[in-house]
Amino acid sequence: MLSIVEQDFGTPQRSTGKMVTLTIDGQEVQALEGTSVMRAAAEAGLKIPKLCATDQLEAFGSCRLCLVQIDGMKGLPASCTTLVAEGMKVTTQNKQIADVRRGVMELYISDHPLDCLTCPANGHCELQDMAGVVGLREVRYGYEGENHLDAKKDESNPYFTFDASKCIVCSRCVRACDERQGTLALTIQGRGFGSKVAASQNESFMDSECVSCGACVQACPTATLSEKTLIDKGQAEHSAVTTCAYCGVGCSFRAEMKGEELVRMVPNMNGMANHGHSCVKGRFAIGYTTHPDRITKPMIRAKITDAWREVSWEEAIGHAASELKRIQAKYGRESIGGITSSRCTNEEVYLVQKLIRAGFGNNNVDTCARVCHSPTGYGLKVTLGESAGTQNFDSVMKADVIFVIGANPTDGHPVFASQMKRRIRQGAKLIIGDPRTIDLVQSPHIQADYHLKLRPGTNVALINSISHVVATEGLIKEDFVSDRCEMPSFNRWRAFVSEPKNSPEAMESVTGVPAATVRAAARLFATGGNAAIYYGLGVTEHAQGSTMVLGIANLAMATGNVGREGVGVNPLRGQNNVQGSCDMGSMPHEFPGYRHVSDATVREMFEQNWDAVLSSEPGMRIPNMLEAALDKEFMGIYINGEDIVQSDPNTTHVAAAMMAMECVIVQDIFLNETAKFAHVLLPGSTFLEKDGTFTNAERRISRVRKVMQPKGGYSDWQVTQMLANAMGYPMNYSHPSEIMDEIARLTPTFTGVSFKRLDELGSIQWPCNDAAPTGTPTMHIDKFVRGKGQFMITEYVPTIEKVTAKYPLILTTGRILSQYNVGAQTRRTENNQWHSEDRIEIHPHDAEDRGIHDGDWVGMTSRAGETVLRATVTDRVQPGVVYTTFHFPESGANVITTDNSDWATNCPEYKVTAVQAVRVNQPGEWPQRFRAFSEPQMNVVPAADVFVTP
Amino acid sequence: MSAIKIYVPRDAAARSLGADGTAEAILAEAARHGISVQLIRNGSRGMLWLEPLVEIETAAGRVAYGPVSAADVPGLFKANFTAGSAHPLAHGLTAEMPYLKNQERLTYARVGITDPVSLSDYQQHDGFRGLHAALTMSPADIVAVVTDSGLRGRGGAAFPAGIKWKTVLGAAGPQKYIVCNADEGDSGTFSDRMIMEGDPFVLIEGMTIAGIATGATQGYIYLRCEYPDAHKALNEAIASAYGQGYLGADILGSGKRFDLEVRLGAGAYICGEETALLESLEGKRGQVRFKPPLPALQGLFGKPTVINNVITLASVPIILDKGAEYYRSFGMGRSRGTLPLQLAGNIKHGGLVEKAFGLTLREVLYDIGGGSLSGRPIRAVQVGGPLGAYLPESQFDTPLDYEAFAGIKAMLGHGGIVVFDDSVDMAAQARYAMEFCTVESCGKCTPCRIGSTRGVEVIDRMLSGDNPVKQEVVLRDLCETMVHGSLCAMGGLTPYPVISALNHFPEDFHTRKTNALNA
Repeated sequence: MLSIVEQDFGTPQRSTGKMVTLTIDGQEVQALEGTSVMRAAAEAGLKIPKLCATDQLEAFGSCRLCLVQIDGMKGLPASCTTLVAEGMKVTTQNKQIADVRRGVMELYISDHPLDCLTCPANGHCELQDMAGVVGLREVRYGYEGENHLDAKKDESNPYFTFDASKCIVCSRCVRACDERQGTLALTIQGRGFGSKVAASQNESFMDSECVSCGACVQACPTATLSEKTLIDKGQAEHSAVTTCAYCGVGCSFRAEMKGEELVRMVPNMNGMANHGHSCVKGRFAIGYTTHPDRITKPMIRAKITDAWREVSWEEAIGHAASELKRIQAKYGRESIGGITSSRCTNEEVYLVQKLIRAGFGNNNVDTCARVCHSPTGYGLKVTLGESAGTQNFDSVMKADVIFVIGANPTDGHPVFASQMKRRIRQGAKLIIGDPRTIDLVQSPHIQADYHLKLRPGTNVALINSISHVVATEGLIKEDFVSDRCEMPSFNRWRAFVSEPKNSPEAMESVTGVPAATVRAAARLFATGGNAAIYYGLGVTEHAQGSTMVLGIANLAMATGNVGREGVGVNPLRGQNNVQGSCDMGSMPHEFPGYRHVSDATVREMFEQNWDAVLSSEPGMRIPNMLEAALDKEFMGIYINGEDIVQSDPNTTHVAAAMMAMECVIVQDIFLNETAKFAHVLLPGSTFLEKDGTFTNAERRISRVRKVMQPKGGYSDWQVTQMLANAMGYPMNYSHPSEIMDEIARLTPTFTGVSFKRLDELGSIQWPCNDAAPTGTPTMHIDKFVRGKGQFMITEYVPTIEKVTAKYPLILTTGRILSQYNVGAQTRRTENNQWHSEDRIEIHPHDAEDRGIHDGDWVGMTSRAGETVLRATVTDRVQPGVVYTTFHFPESGANVITTDNSDWATNCPEYKVTAVQAVRVNQPGEWPQRFRAFSEPQMNVVPAADVFVTP
Repeated sequence: MSAIKIYVPRDAAARSLGADGTAEAILAEAARHGISVQLIRNGSRGMLWLEPLVEIETAAGRVAYGPVSAADVPGLFKANFTAGSAHPLAHGLTAEMPYLKNQERLTYARVGITDPVSLSDYQQHDGFRGLHAALTMSPADIVAVVTDSGLRGRGGAAFPAGIKWKTVLGAAGPQKYIVCNADEGDSGTFSDRMIMEGDPFVLIEGMTIAGIATGATQGYIYLRCEYPDAHKALNEAIASAYGQGYLGADILGSGKRFDLEVRLGAGAYICGEETALLESLEGKRGQVRFKPPLPALQGLFGKPTVINNVITLASVPIILDKGAEYYRSFGMGRSRGTLPLQLAGNIKHGGLVEKAFGLTLREVLYDIGGGSLSGRPIRAVQVGGPLGAYLPESQFDTPLDYEAFAGIKAMLGHGGIVVFDDSVDMAAQARYAMEFCTVESCGKCTPCRIGSTRGVEVIDRMLSGDNPVKQEVVLRDLCETMVHGSLCAMGGLTPYPVISALNHFPEDFHTRKTNALNA
């Protein structure tokens, strides 16, 4: 069911067309052409009864409650399926209409359990409401007739139940699965009175193709599909609009609450990134916020082999500050630093980098974008002039050709993937560049026109050969280029990509993609209308990650696909606030707003505002920090909500560096892998426990709203502020809105942003300033941010990570729908029911060569390390390539990834690791080592004990 | 001496009465007698009570014998029937048989006369003259002829075909479709089947003309899977038409394209409803769509689509051949041309009769049909399929005319006429109407999905004497809800047979004390 506070207008809003005037019940009403009579009435405040209609879905016309009379039309047309027309005269209430509505309702109730008082939907059930509205007083059919009251309840899904006895067969769930989610897992089985909702081939929801996005639950007008939390807790009494803390889509949700208890998360119909849609993580995987593993008390210890000691906030903060000061005194100003969190709010990130730059007095700040989209920041800044995606998500609805490369949206960015699939079902063409056969290649009603199944590590070779076709077959948008781009750079680029060595034929042996396919895809991209590129970490996490981003920008500019709706360069950012954390100055060389620390004017402004002397030298990146730690030059670190030990490559190396440091301060909601190397552990707060903002992949700044007290007593920004004060750098913010006001004051692209403005507009896409007071959905419209677009030469350089006889396979990594990143959140939810371990995908040929069967333990060895995973034998991967996810620390996926990284940004080459795979009999050494190290880490001496010990 | 032409129908009705065995016996007997015969499997003449109807071609014309079972064949040879001689089963010249002679056979002109799958036979019997005419005309002119002819949809809704075509012609779009509704599911109807089995080329020709007239390049015949003989005949005819350039990329060198394919339904009555048919044809669940948008604008795969019944399309060639005036000279009022009536149920002379609109139901029942088969008085007639009203004797003088039938809350529908004598239990018939709806409802809209089930239950309670007065009120209210609330004609018309039975034959509902149905 919809959120408790939302009004349902019955049919979707239309945004174009001319206004028509009609009369409804004597009232003159205006509505856009294409609007239903039902919606026009609802917008005018007139309520027409309805059950099968919801503004989440196209009209269906099945319940027959919304019948009206229209002058000149025969019979009683349904107001949901009848469109407004100029001069139309509509009557929504009279005796005949009332009789039919009551007759219909009498039929509904003759096959419905009469347990309203104990029903989870009681008080928020559309059937119940409509029975009241139509004035049903009696069911003259009795209740002994044929019925579905004994229909079985399907409780297989961990998050919602399907109670078929309450189903009114309105098909809203089926249509939601089709239209909104695009999985088409549900259907109506049978016909007539025997019609019933069925998942896949009449399977349980859990065994079906259902991806548990919740669209059906939201669409259901009765208690048939109900959240289990709603059944347990009852209807919420208030709600707050907030932003999901999972991926970079940044879905808007209403947190429905009972006091401080979360009842359920309901996607916000007005959310501009998700328009009321959601995925299994954001909607349901919320249990981690109240998981017993939550760290709620500060803890410290002298050595990582000691047990943790729970202490007061004062003691923990005092200890952390004194240690950092001690280290700086002993090893120098540059010997400490910090890592901001892409999971935290903009305001919190801003404070952490401010603490480091102004309080620590160096620029040793970095963030997890280092290991994901740092090449995006670099590549788009150099070519287009801004380190961010060029479009909003809705832009995809105007794309004619969609090129997805190195991204797996249905798993990684599921809500946006649903929108993309909707556009593809409308007829947009689809090109996919991916070594694996991801779901988008072929799924119900989706079929990629071209799947460029390249070898991992050859992206640049592929983009060069695509560009070669564009340049040599006369497909360049010459007028766009000459108007908008730097011609010398373009001419150099054109000459470069036109070289025979970059032709699809020449590159075929490198990429493994047939030249004819590349040519056909290139032609489609260049000539198929609006062409939009969507990419993910399969582009950036390579030795040539930055080169590939440059290559993508080159292609978009050369074909004129930047600067309007339906086109663009669209990085699908990973974390909920990774865009924001970069915007807020998390990179060691940049102040907030991507301004270099060496820029004296900018630096002086910050020095003045922050009342501190700031360094003009870029600080250390995470890999540099780790190297410096091993060199005894970097000895203290403040890590805010990031788990580098699990997420960063070459775990053994990271662990060694962590152990070399004298003070590791971790602020996190859980005792994560990194915390196992920490000396101070400060309780973090979840997104439900703080106010602030997140910025998603489309530069959209959205509010995060506090609905419950932090479990540890403080929101993260307060903890950073306490640490700053203890370090002797005063901070006195009383609310995150004050931090945003400071950001707006100091950042030209944010000058128009404030909490007040966000409350008014819902969300804002930066840049938001005097030139764009309501934000900027599409960037680079008339000119590029840097002025003229710059083409860059993108020579293909093979990675040094070679396959050899010893390491004959390429391992590439990715993620899966139900788990999120390092899994700290999702592993503490029922999502484990879908994915309880990381597995290695191996092609049947490679598996057969090695005697590996599905489910066997497989030893994986690389130049960096070894681990053991269970096998999934599948032709989703190509021969010679193996694939795994990295959601479980005991899997040790990053034990085998190497130190290789992007030449420009040090973004790790996660996507290419040469490995060998052999069948083994048991889990290997890594999980044992992992357990031996991890178990003692859980030893905590409670605070009470500390005080009574003499 | 040239071979004697002997005609034995390949029509499914004839075959179900043993036509194949009769044909085999004729060939065997001819061989035994050393008589050279040419056996032609023709369509049925429509006199189903005489099937298998065997015809011998003689100098005077074709002579009919029937019904001829395989066992009758030796006797017929003995009587020298190959010369057209007398025999108790002989009916004289077929063309002179009153049942046939009194018809106005326009659409069915060739049915029973030609070899259905012989393209040359079709050509020799005025076939493709309409298409040739159409190829010399502009699309708008073709549409104008169809409009002027007064041809209305023969599927039941009686919507003017020309108007529908004009909408499709005027609709923009590179792809349009012609869809033939051959999901003939009404009880007591078989006219579509007979023409598809007996003269498939006329349907192909009609659809091709529709394609040329509207700019549609692809046609589909949505055929119910229960018609395997029609399927075979259509596919044979389509293959011949492609072979001779009547279908394909360049029809008769005109540069115009029209492709045609038969698709089979899967046994759902509702797929005869045009929007459910389109859903099914698209490969989806056969579920009714709401209208508008009209299929003419957003039909198959969302593209402009002419969807017409078999008879509508099969009537087009003669209209194009002989002109609008010729066709509209038949009929009465706004019901122009002819209607193939299908006489079924308790009727002496059951079969197909093509007549101009305007004769009365009584004339059909008695003058053509010869009264009931049982010889008892005809008590009720259901016209227009299972959703049609039951008409009592007092309404038998209603002329066969769309408007006249609408005036008595009845419908001509697809021209099916099912006859009941005075032994009929009209309460059981009313219950059957609701039960039919429970079985065939697509389940989309509430009045039809739940209403039909409740309808059966209410009638059962009524008949079991459980407060019948109150139950009748409930039943009438339910019927109102279904009529005004249903999404399509399935639920909207189901009350017609129920209410007409209740109104005209109340005694069948009220006199019984126990539920005879359960007895």
